[in-house]
Amino acid sequence: MEKRIIAGALVLGIVAVFFLFSVLLIHPFGDPGQAQMDDYIITHTQNETGTQNGVTSVVFDYRGFDTLGEATILFSAVTGVLLIFRRVRH
Amino acid sequence: MIEYIPYIGVVAMILIGLYPILFRRNLIKIVIGISIIESGVNLFLIILGYRDGGVAPIFTSLPPGTTYPEEMVLPVPQALTLTSIVIGVAVLALMLSLVMHIYRKYGTLDVQKIRRLKE
Amino acid sequence: MSEMTKIVKTTANILFPFTMIFGLYVIAHGHLTPGGGFQGGAIVVSGCALLLVAYGSSWVFDRIKDKRLAAFESLGAIGFITIAFLGLMFSAVFFGNFLAGSGSLFGTTPATGSTLADFNTGGVLPLMNFAVGVKVIAGLFVIVLVMAYASSTKEWG
Repeated sequence: MEKRIIAGALVLGIVAVFFLFSVLLIHPFGDPGQAQMDDYIITHTQNETGTQNGVTSVVFDYRGFDTLGEATILFSAVTGVLLIFRRVRH
Repeated sequence: MIEYIPYIGVVAMILIGLYPILFRRNLIKIVIGISIIESGVNLFLIILGYRDGGVAPIFTSLPPGTTYPEEMVLPVPQALTLTSIVIGVAVLALMLSLVMHIYRKYGTLDVQKIRRLKE
Repeated sequence: MSEMTKIVKTTANILFPFTMIFGLYVIAHGHLTPGGGFQGGAIVVSGCALLLVAYGSSWVFDRIKDKRLAAFESLGAIGFITIAFLGLMFSAVFFGNFLAGSGSLFGTTPATGSTLADFNTGGVLPLMNFAVGVKVIAGLFVIVLVMAYASSTKEWG
């Protein structure tokens, strides 16, 4: 039991050190730096999709495939829950 | 250093979520930990796309004097966060269903007692 | 879940229509204001979960069948895919926005910059919002309903 706690603390410490070092390599908060794609989407979303909402235009138009995969995941989750809780006959 | 504080918050959130996965034996607590890690990842995606003083990328009655694209937050991380939230809900429902099923079969939620075969 | 007291039932009766109207508003105005199919669907399902808590799962289960909800979920998915394939037919791109700027249904192009909300814009996005809204309402509600009903009875699961 003591070994398990030591191993868990070691994993937690290693993960914390890696994350904290990688924090220093990311661009600072509030300045995304390279954002040409997002600037294009913000500038052209009203002409190309006719939508006022940039987020919705990304979700359903520019990146519709992501939404398709997400809908598939939701469908699989519903199927899984209905399979787990099926009616059992005794 | 002050501009890295949101990232440190994300790291703290992920570590807080990792703690019950590593140390707790109750399945419900493990599910709560996974859910907290999901929240940390969502927060990370949101703060990646933030610009100083930015408004949401929605053009319906913008605040007057807003210059776009310089004063709008990035829309792609927000859209991916939306995707991630729905996936998180689906995964959470599936996990809780499995936990309910396990509790009904075994009568316990302790992972070390579930490990044996059902007699 | 068993049913709760009269106070909870009365409060749920008052709150339920407003929750439904707000959720459907968020779905319908997804291309103009913050929101969309997923968020509005989640709001509607939270109202349905309030009904489930107040009246008990067996009361709701007698009135709404899970198979019918699952059929609605598949219907929303089929509508979503159909609109995507219509984009493949009419604009040669999968998920192409063939209605935007065409001048017909939802085809008005808004002015650039900060404008007032015009509902007749957006191309296929309002239709997709509607399809995804139906899908999310039915999918999440069938999950909540089946989990609540299975936790109260022994003959399930």
